[in-house]
Amino acid sequence: MRLKLKLATTAAMALGLTAGMAVAEDVEVLHWWTAGGEAAALNVLKEDLAGKGIGWKDMPVAGGGGEAAMTALRARVTAGNPPTAVQMLGFDILDWANQGDVLANLDEAAAAEGWDAVIPAAIQKFAKPNGHWIAAPVNVHSTNWVWANKAVLDELGIAQPTTWDEFIAALQKVKDSGKVALAHGGQPWQEATIFDSAVLASGGPEFYQKAMIDLDPEALNSPEMVAAFDKMAQLRGFVDDNFSGRDWNLASAMVINGEAAFQIMGDWAKGEFLRAGKKPGTDFLCFRVPGTEGVVTFNSDEFVMFKQKDPAAQAAQMEMAKAVESPGFQSAFNIVKGSVPARTDVSDEGFDDCGKQGIKDLKAASEAGTLLGSMGHGHANPAAVKNAMYDVITAHFNGEYDSAQAAEELAAAVEGAQ
Amino acid sequence: MARSVRAPRDLRTVLQDILPKLVLSPSLAAMLVFVYGFIIYTVFLSFTNSKMLPSYDLIGLDNYVRLFGLSAWTTALINLAIFASLYITICIAIGLLLAIFLDQKIRGEGVLRPIYLYPMALSFIVTGTAWKWLLDPGIGLENTMHLWGWDSFKFGWIKDRNYAIYTLVIAAVWQSSGFVMAMFLAGLRGIDNEMLKAAQIDGASNWQLYRRIVIPLLRPAFLSAFVILAHLAIKSYDLVIALTGGGPGRATELPATFMYSYTFTRNQMGVGAASAVIMLMGVAAIMIPYIYAELKEQK
Amino acid sequence: MSGGAQDQAVRTGRIARTFIYVVLIYFALFYLLPLFIMAINSIKPLSEITGGNMMSLPAEPTLAPWKSAWSTAQIGVEATGLKPYFMNSILMVVPAVAISTIIGALNGYILTKWQFRGSNIIFGLMLFSCFIPFQIVLIPMARLLGLMGLAGTTWGLILVHVVYGIGFSTLYFRNYYAAFPTELVRAAMMDGAGFFRIFWRIMLPVSGPIAVVCIIWQFTNIWNDFLFGASFADLDSMPMTVALNNLVNSSTGVKEYNVHFAGAILAALPTLLVYIVAGRYFVRGLMAGSVKG
Repeated sequence: MRLKLKLATTAAMALGLTAGMAVAEDVEVLHWWTAGGEAAALNVLKEDLAGKGIGWKDMPVAGGGGEAAMTALRARVTAGNPPTAVQMLGFDILDWANQGDVLANLDEAAAAEGWDAVIPAAIQKFAKPNGHWIAAPVNVHSTNWVWANKAVLDELGIAQPTTWDEFIAALQKVKDSGKVALAHGGQPWQEATIFDSAVLASGGPEFYQKAMIDLDPEALNSPEMVAAFDKMAQLRGFVDDNFSGRDWNLASAMVINGEAAFQIMGDWAKGEFLRAGKKPGTDFLCFRVPGTEGVVTFNSDEFVMFKQKDPAAQAAQMEMAKAVESPGFQSAFNIVKGSVPARTDVSDEGFDDCGKQGIKDLKAASEAGTLLGSMGHGHANPAAVKNAMYDVITAHFNGEYDSAQAAEELAAAVEGAQ
Repeated sequence: MARSVRAPRDLRTVLQDILPKLVLSPSLAAMLVFVYGFIIYTVFLSFTNSKMLPSYDLIGLDNYVRLFGLSAWTTALINLAIFASLYITICIAIGLLLAIFLDQKIRGEGVLRPIYLYPMALSFIVTGTAWKWLLDPGIGLENTMHLWGWDSFKFGWIKDRNYAIYTLVIAAVWQSSGFVMAMFLAGLRGIDNEMLKAAQIDGASNWQLYRRIVIPLLRPAFLSAFVILAHLAIKSYDLVIALTGGGPGRATELPATFMYSYTFTRNQMGVGAASAVIMLMGVAAIMIPYIYAELKEQK
Repeated sequence: MSGGAQDQAVRTGRIARTFIYVVLIYFALFYLLPLFIMAINSIKPLSEITGGNMMSLPAEPTLAPWKSAWSTAQIGVEATGLKPYFMNSILMVVPAVAISTIIGALNGYILTKWQFRGSNIIFGLMLFSCFIPFQIVLIPMARLLGLMGLAGTTWGLILVHVVYGIGFSTLYFRNYYAAFPTELVRAAMMDGAGFFRIFWRIMLPVSGPIAVVCIIWQFTNIWNDFLFGASFADLDSMPMTVALNNLVNSSTGVKEYNVHFAGAILAALPTLLVYIVAGRYFVRGLMAGSVKG
């Protein structure tokens, strides 16, 4: 069996290689990394492929964390004209994987490069859903980070908090000083990002798994969940009055300017700090949300490969998958993007302190089994459930429900969306 | 009309008879396929359990039952009622006022008119950020007034779930009231001045002149404005996405954003299709009497 | 075109006139405000925006954001700026507007001067089609474009815009031609003029004003469309609005507001130009046609 597989792979690879050399094929890539550094980072991949004689047809569609791109994708697939590779997140990938015969099979590239050994199991759940590799993971973002202005903390004599209660005390101290304690933007996904950490801090990783991923109705309407909503209400008290609708990067700017002390946001926020000329450790601090240490809630961008008819296109697609997983690209891309490589065996050289910690945390969490998909970013449950949760979380954060009601509504909303 | 001038039926006359229908037929065919065909398709989808992509498993009225069980849908309908009625009324009021004022032989009309009209040329993809800034109390108008020394000035509607819908009205009025002004101005310019003069000689005041004579004469302009505004109100999508994204919470959800989010981002295409059908029924309820009256009048 | 030759029937006193001017200027400021904010912030360095007041004038004006938005900003993996997409939009808009206007004119002509049994119902169907929410047509339209081999092409986009533009263009021309004396058409018919000859010689020469209205309307709608552009175009046919959206809506990138505003104004220039140049004919066109109902 093994031998047979190996033979088949080598044969396919030989075929792929010759085909790839014979004709310069194009890969068409649908993504929403459209501006600034992240688009430039993607250019690394384009150049890499160009060196192998593979052309790049770009198909960028930005907006709403990929929502517009997903609409465009549906139009493309319905038209019978799917792109070669599509940037996708979490449960969107599984939805497509269950859609029947539309995705390509990357097993041969995965076998040749040993993906199984180096990509964390929690991520394989999305990239290899039905026993076959269908996607090449690009990066891992983690969402349970706190970003803090060091000068503000020093001025107020606040040490880096290590427990939830210390965190609340620190927030209170900032609030008393007249500054904004927690910079936050009132958009559903930002509230959900914080909620990830609130659930972890009140119930721990097993509870998170049960409630957010397994969607156990009892866990959803449990005292722990009420406690999680209570934590949200606590945080709500440290947010300024104008939070509603604010973009996340404007919230980051408040921390950068010293107008606010803390922000809970994924690691993409780091880019804003670096771009403002701030240095990790001296100007700003990055640490896990107190009470969630040892756990990493992640979201992972992956290039999902759609089935191509033309063998030359298939070969180009396979080359692209390999290029995405090459340690060189993983490192180059993620240094720019602020995330960490999806492979755990990539050297942390060239990453800044926050990046280095992120790589270490990812590895540790993966080994300990506490690498958990982020609900806020569509890696814990399907889109319908996620959005139903968003509704309740946002409504609670805006004062529509008290915590007990919110837990009840959450269980009901999840049931309704399934 | 062609029938009324019927001559002996030679080949040419027959051709003349068929030609108009022939020229019209591609449009008709396109309309039947791309509009009515797709509407039927949507109605069909609303009875299926379509999720991410269309599916063909019929499930009866389930989607409609679910739709009306969703509080967000009720909110969206109420919001549309508030939004559309305010938007249409205010646009017509401002449009009429500006048109009447601009019709008083105003110096600089050539400069003012394009200023009033230009917002219609821009989509909210272009102006969305500017509006969001303006309305944001932290960086926008409120902040600026504070910096200028007016400390008690408050304008935080966009952050308040009870008032956010009104900020949508403000931006939407900004976009289309100038266009309505142009329609009324055109109507005013079409009114025979002699009639007004005669009325004035009879001792009518300016106010009476407008109330009794001018405004009734503008009826067609009112109707056209109403149709165009109603159509824009129902289709308002970019506006919501650019200004509030449906928030705070889901306080500014409109049927168009609801439908889009269920069809494309929540992967519940069946429910999305059901909401589209309800929307179309609403449009039909308003439009069919109008179209009927319009056609009847022409005869 | 103000007022025509004869003097106004309505007379206004000095105080009333002052009041009128104040109201008119106040509204002009309201309409200009968003554009003003976009313009002043597009010539500020980024640090001045994030650190300063939105309404303040730039301390150090710079044209760098404009250059960046036009030719060097990152839009997808290519750092091309908006320049290439501008051309894509032109190549799409011009034919789409021309075709839908011509079809609208022919339809309007037929529906008023060559009425036949059922022609009113056909007009009713077309009028109602103006109200279809575009979101519901995405999926079936994509399927049909795929079957026709037009997916991802400029011609596919043109087709979509023409199809959904026919309703309004027909409405405009029909209402305009309805006011045109049918006797003239009938007389020409008696003289043996055919269907196209009458259209060409009699109807078209008087269609100027309504054509302006129709072209402005179609141009604005098609130029500003995002939904169809994002769903049915690929890189070679991607219109300006999609590129602008890619520039300003990148989710986790750093937001360069000054470049965004410069790009937004660039994307709006053609429609602004159309409104300013053709604006004066616009009211005349509306006057001649559509508002007569």
